[in-house]
Amino acid sequence: MELTNSFKNALVALLLTAVVGCASTGGSDTDSSDVASGENGYGAGDRAALEVDENAASLATQNLLKVTTFYFDLDQATIKPTSRAALQAHAAYLVENGGSAVLEGHADERGTREYNLALGERRAQAIARYLIVLGVPSEQLETVSYGEERAIRRSHDETAWALNRRVQLNYGQ
Amino acid sequence: MNINILPINLVLLMLLCLVRPVWAELTIEITQGVDNPTRIAVVPFEWQGIGGLPEDIASIVAANLSRSGQFIALDEGNMMSLPSEQSQIFFRDWRVLSQEFLLIGRILPQLKSGYKAHYELHDVFKGTLVVEGDIKVGKDQLRDAAHLISDKIYERLTGVKGAFSTRIAYVAVDRTEGKEDQFHLKVADADGHREITVRDSMEPLLSPHWSPDASKLAYVSFEGGRPAVYIQDVRTGKRDKVPSFKGMNSAPAWSPDGKKLALVLSKDGNPEVYIFDIASRQFTRVTRHFSIDTEPSWSADGKSLIFTSGRGGKPQIYRKNLVTGQVERLTFDGDYNARGRLSEDGRYLVMVHGQQGVFHIAVQDLKRDRLRVLTQTQLDESPSIAPNGTMLIYATNEGDKGILAFVSLDGRVKSRGPAKFGDVREPAWSWR
Repeated sequence: MELTNSFKNALVALLLTAVVGCASTGGSDTDSSDVASGENGYGAGDRAALEVDENAASLATQNLLKVTTFYFDLDQATIKPTSRAALQAHAAYLVENGGSAVLEGHADERGTREYNLALGERRAQAIARYLIVLGVPSEQLETVSYGEERAIRRSHDETAWALNRRVQLNYGQ
Repeated sequence: MNINILPINLVLLMLLCLVRPVWAELTIEITQGVDNPTRIAVVPFEWQGIGGLPEDIASIVAANLSRSGQFIALDEGNMMSLPSEQSQIFFRDWRVLSQEFLLIGRILPQLKSGYKAHYELHDVFKGTLVVEGDIKVGKDQLRDAAHLISDKIYERLTGVKGAFSTRIAYVAVDRTEGKEDQFHLKVADADGHREITVRDSMEPLLSPHWSPDASKLAYVSFEGGRPAVYIQDVRTGKRDKVPSFKGMNSAPAWSPDGKKLALVLSKDGNPEVYIFDIASRQFTRVTRHFSIDTEPSWSADGKSLIFTSGRGGKPQIYRKNLVTGQVERLTFDGDYNARGRLSEDGRYLVMVHGQQGVFHIAVQDLKRDRLRVLTQTQLDESPSIAPNGTMLIYATNEGDKGILAFVSLDGRVKSRGPAKFGDVREPAWSWR
């Protein structure tokens, strides 16, 4: 089961790699800085690329690459199935373009600070391992956990906690 | 008589309110004491020098003893006389005020500089001298003298060593809307006074822990965007970076002999506990499990480490015998038990205890295997036991701020130190 899954993932990754490869040969110059700003919306480069390339798969990939935050359940470091597609796109991108990515792990405020640091680290590592399985060389990845120290939202409720339990993928320079 | 005194008290109170925010971020108020506290009158010490004194020893001693919850100090306004030597005492007056003990004293200037404080503790009912002594201090050390006198009196009357001359380290956070958080590692006396800043940073500072001789702090700093453990001399500010690795470098805990640090690294793929030998700078791996292992803390004999592990599915506290290598689980009650600290005699384990998402400080009697929840506040964290084993300090939330609070290990005494500015968290009580 595990094997077939990772095989499937690898296949998807290969496909995605091919798609991204096409996109870049198609004249769109998506460098890593564009992707890094992806979370805030389309970069200028992205928009130009979209106009040039009518390929629907490429559009899907572009959108997937804009997803750079991955959420987790309480006290869990298991990647949610909904995070997989975007992570596969990032894996393909990293394989194709090289460059480094920092996986920043976070936790919600409940529980102890040090345990939450460890939990954030485990979450970041879970993402790293997934990317490595998809073919990203481990040297391209780094994990940093901030535990509960860098909350997105500070209120003491379920909504805030759910937003704070996350890994942020940041592309390096 | 009483009518005359009341307005003076009020004026004093107003003055105190005006002065308070200036001197300390931590002001401690008692919220709950023991049922039958000892009644003691601490008379203002007579100053036999010229000019004024920078500190009021008697009020510091009175506040210390009251804060333990085991004493009630008589208000100065209710005293009928202010004796400073035995011949001036009329025991009958103090009996009328239902006082059990009377502490008097005087302060003499020293030839070169500094002071000599003489104190006398009298038994009001027997009319006898219980103990007296002299303490010599430098010119900036009157508060030290007051804390030492508090320790002596406390030990004499309770049989337990005082912990008033100890210090507390903690992390304060400045949070301004639209600005990056600022982190400050601070140290203050156990009563919250004489606060100093040990380290400022724009990146998180975490997990301060005292060296056994109370001269250094180990802590985690994220400066440069990566976590690393630092050892810093509190007086000189000199810093030493513990060799750091990819991933986590965290949760430092000094060994009782001061020669080693237990800490957490994820360099081998997972958060695991290691021991760092400070002299040889060598690391030894202690835990080996695919789940989280963190928050190490030493037993007083240095022969075992307790730590938090997720190996049972939920965080629980385990103990590893460093001699035999054997690991045993210590906590079973509740679905989240973490950040354990052992009392010096090894009998009590204090921890953060979570039950269905609610976190309090609890103590487990390891001999009788009974767990007792000590606090009822919100998101209680980071318990740290006083060296005399009577009280613990912990971090909690009030409104939107972190504050520090105290609770006795038997749960009978509670007090808190409201934060004046920003957030205060992660208190660590010095070993001495």
